[in-house]
Amino acid sequence: MTIAQIIFILLTIAVFTVAFRQFKRVVDNIKLGKSEDIAGDSVQRWQNVALVAFGQKKMFKRFIPAILHFFIYAAFLMTQVELIEIFIDGFFGVHRFFADKLGVLYTMIIGFIEILSVLAFVSTLVFLWRRNILKVPRFIKPEMNGWPKLDGNLILYGEILLLIGIFSMNGADVVLQKLDPAHYPDTGTLPVSSWLGPALFGGLGEGALHMVERFGWWLHILVVFGFILYLPYSKHLHIFFAFPNVYFSKLKSRGEMENMPEIMNEVKSMMGLIEDTGDMSDDIPEFGSRDIRDLSWKTILEAYTCTECGRCTSECPANITGKKLSPRKIMMDIRDRAEEVGTKIRSGNPEYIAEDKKEAGATLTIDNFDDGKSLFDYITNEELYACTTCNACVEACPVMISPVEPILEMRRYDILTNSQGPSDWLPMFNSMENGGAVWQLPDERGAWTKEIEA
Amino acid sequence: MKVKTVAEYVASGEKPEILFWVGCAGSFDARAKKVSIAFAKILSSVGISFAILGNEESCTGDPARRAGNEFLFQMSAIQNIETLNSYEVQKIVTTCPHCFNTLKNEYPKIGGKYEVLHHTQLIQSLIEEGKLKIEGGAFAGKRVTYHDSCYLGRVNGEYEAPRAILNELDATFIEMDENKTRGLCCGAGGAQMFKEDEPGDKRINVQRVEQAMKTQPDVIAANCPFCITMLMDGLKAKEKQDDVMVCDISELIVQSNGL
Repeated sequence: MTIAQIIFILLTIAVFTVAFRQFKRVVDNIKLGKSEDIAGDSVQRWQNVALVAFGQKKMFKRFIPAILHFFIYAAFLMTQVELIEIFIDGFFGVHRFFADKLGVLYTMIIGFIEILSVLAFVSTLVFLWRRNILKVPRFIKPEMNGWPKLDGNLILYGEILLLIGIFSMNGADVVLQKLDPAHYPDTGTLPVSSWLGPALFGGLGEGALHMVERFGWWLHILVVFGFILYLPYSKHLHIFFAFPNVYFSKLKSRGEMENMPEIMNEVKSMMGLIEDTGDMSDDIPEFGSRDIRDLSWKTILEAYTCTECGRCTSECPANITGKKLSPRKIMMDIRDRAEEVGTKIRSGNPEYIAEDKKEAGATLTIDNFDDGKSLFDYITNEELYACTTCNACVEACPVMISPVEPILEMRRYDILTNSQGPSDWLPMFNSMENGGAVWQLPDERGAWTKEIEA
Repeated sequence: MKVKTVAEYVASGEKPEILFWVGCAGSFDARAKKVSIAFAKILSSVGISFAILGNEESCTGDPARRAGNEFLFQMSAIQNIETLNSYEVQKIVTTCPHCFNTLKNEYPKIGGKYEVLHHTQLIQSLIEEGKLKIEGGAFAGKRVTYHDSCYLGRVNGEYEAPRAILNELDATFIEMDENKTRGLCCGAGGAQMFKEDEPGDKRINVQRVEQAMKTQPDVIAANCPFCITMLMDGLKAKEKQDDVMVCDISELIVQSNGL
């Protein structure tokens, strides 16, 4: 076993151990949410995964970014095949394990990856240009300042490094195949490296070529490792989470707000339609969402899936007309608050146990957690109450996130539990309660028919 | 022409084919009442027997629910469902897409299951069945654009019925750039109708009217009483209220056919 093999094996184990913990951290944070039964039609769900996640159907509402993104996505998917070989080679100290076994098929696969990689390279440069020079409006909204902006660029830089790795590795290899065919099996004619390799590295000696080839190989795998470790801290997590997020997305009508059976039953029993269930007598109930634990776990999954593309915000009528509401910011805030709550709970610090639940020996859990903050420290009422529930954001999201749902759940908290909300709404509430109409008017409801009879 | 209530039908031992759910705007708002009248005239002209609930109807609860006031929503919804179920109502048509959405998508969970149609859907099927024919003339040479309401369009996916009707008019129909799934909200939904806007650069209805004006319309056709109010206010803000009409689709048919 060579030193390179040992380093590779140890590194792989270390990366996957750390990554497992970090991904578990994210999954634990998602589980801080309320349980919600995601039931129904798995055929429809798989169809959504095939069309929307795998097929990127909703991306293609905007053709140019969609096609550029598709190149990077396709290159990413196909490169996984090459990655399998890189792992085999790294573990067993062999070189291009599949080359002589697959023959022409190998040439075709690597060739296809090379073509996609060139397209992905161009796309990545265009994306950097769109973000940093063209400054596409949705990328420079206030919520993108600081880390989100850097995050977006780091991912693109990482992709460029990956591609430099691939082409150094393949290019040097093509030249080496001529010089040392015993160690470098024939890959056949590759569409890019077979001319790029000789053009770039043609004059180098065998030792230097070997260095370039190894540099490319290690650069590629190290950037892959870097991405694996980076994902749980990044918007780039969408490359994995988009799939479960689309699978679990609601199948019911967008027009149906989540029913609140406890309130329904209370009202029904008030009206004498059902026996008093007594559900609400023991405690002062809290309704709606104040913090992470009151949101559905699905909403938190959505928050982690969001890749901050801002299509939602660019279609939001409130945002378009200069209001503070940005649906993307709502999702980013939920994710950031979930991170904060999760980190504090894992610290186990008894300081974060709610005052009225501090008993001897009590351990900190999501149920007794209180750090004196809530989602309302991240999201203001000004944002919540600007939403027209028009669902343009839901329509725009390529991965089926609904920012409307948490907005309405937080309104429910503010109105039902806090008894707050815009005072403008009080007359509407009062006339509905007293007169059964949104306006208080002296007319009878059927009075309009008189005009037709006249 | 007499518009009868369900109670009146029951008293005379008859059963109407369909219930016309008028909604708060259609009952009380001066502009929206004209839409109720127009639609009632269409129903009557094709000989459909329909009834209204009259004083037994109350708000579906949509604005309360979207404002976050679930108690008030449930009170309204349960009350309405009791009424509808007591009359064994099966089929409902409404001129308000918010009522349409709540009746169709939200009442089933609370115990109210009905076949619910938006009036543009019913009108489209009447045209398809040959029961309603739109006469020409009234809109010859006029430019008509169409504003998708969020709750009929994006929320319930009905983009075609209103367009199918508009294409029957002898007007020139011009789409806004922002149409169907990308149609901009008028600014009224989510109970915004009943409150002041949050601070911003402009009102949403003004933005929408600016989009509509790009088609140089004589008429902006709509399908929702709240959109109509919002678009009319937007036109006023642009001082275009005398140049451009905002009409419900049913009103265009009434004008065409001289009902």
